[in-house]
Amino acid sequence: MIEEGKPLFLQIAEHIEDSILDGSLAEETQAPSTNELAAFYRINPATAAKGVAMLTDKGVLYKRRGIGMFVAAGAKDLLLGERRSAFADRYIDPLLAEARTLGLDASDIAALLVERAARTEGNPA
Amino acid sequence: MTAVIEVQNLSKRYKDKKALDDVSLSLEPGAIYGLLGRNGAGKTTLMSILTAQNFETSGTVRVFGESPYENARVLSRICFVRESQKYPDDATPRHAFAAARLFFPHWDQVFADRLIAEFQVPLKQRIKKLSRGQLSAVGVIIGLASRAEITFFDEPYLGLDAVARQIFYDRLLEDYVEHPRTVILSSHLIDEVSNLIEKVIVIDNGRIILDEDTDAVRDRAVTVVGDAATVDDWAAGREVLHRETLGRVASVTVLGSLSAAERTELTASGLDLAPVSLQQLVVRLTQRADNPLKEEVH
Repeated sequence: MIEEGKPLFLQIAEHIEDSILDGSLAEETQAPSTNELAAFYRINPATAAKGVAMLTDKGVLYKRRGIGMFVAAGAKDLLLGERRSAFADRYIDPLLAEARTLGLDASDIAALLVERAARTEGNPA
Repeated sequence: MTAVIEVQNLSKRYKDKKALDDVSLSLEPGAIYGLLGRNGAGKTTLMSILTAQNFETSGTVRVFGESPYENARVLSRICFVRESQKYPDDATPRHAFAAARLFFPHWDQVFADRLIAEFQVPLKQRIKKLSRGQLSAVGVIIGLASRAEITFFDEPYLGLDAVARQIFYDRLLEDYVEHPRTVILSSHLIDEVSNLIEKVIVIDNGRIILDEDTDAVRDRAVTVVGDAATVDDWAAGREVLHRETLGRVASVTVLGSLSAAERTELTASGLDLAPVSLQQLVVRLTQRADNPLKEEVH
């Protein structure tokens, strides 16, 4: 669940973002507290707090005084925009690099994409 | 924030061996520190001096702003769980816990009882007859239940199996969340504690070679793997911590974090990037004959 070599607070923030993106953490519902995150991931609470603070700065979470952290309205769209603009860097570039090594060109990849997409749609995971 | 421990130019000499060499440190309240280093690096000496169980050769030590020696105001607020704690010959764990209860003002008996059950400590057996793991459990329980404002754990896990160590880490985190305090945890099991510690101090040959936030350390080094010539070209002019080869493939660990652009460039030239764990970084740093990292860090 936790990988080496990447700041832990970033990983915590990304886990929360993932939950918001897949809908398991809905907007205007309460997000896990720093202490819950620390206990669940078995990490230092200061690290968990740093991850939460990052999401607060981004406008993904906000604080309700005396109650805790909540998912902001519009958080999902904000994250979708962010992830979509990073999609090419994160997934397409490495894909192209590997394809080049294997002697596949863009049209080969396009054909593969269409084929695989049809298969997963016919047989959802 | 006011430091709870302030150490300036601390040196300790045993005959002709320098156990501590010009150590300066400042520890903040409310953080879990990892004190890491090889055997004989000076970890226990440092903790002994901070807890007034040993004397410095030179330098100054301030705990809660005061000298700790024969200073009851300071000593009742700190707890030192030694790896080789000595107890009176006929003492039982029951005696040890009763003494701790009297000594530590924040002692929590309910918490202690729960830990005694979890670690299955035989209360009436003589401490001399306990197994190594049970002896360690006695120390761990005192360290946790004392809730001292500064708690030192010097390799508290000797003889504890993986399950018991996990109980220790879990209870430490839980209780730390409820009752924030300063914890200094010395350990060889770096991978096990790397997520618990907020700050990391690495000591080697009596000198501090790393003193930073654990998160900042996490991307301080990177391992690059690929065609030996390409890797070596890339690594030229960088500080190489470690290099190994397998046929025409080289794996080089270099100090310094990479920008996103550098990462993309590396991948584009066919090289692979691998993260360096805290444990690997500490091993590589302490393997170097001279470690000039301190100058770069500060």
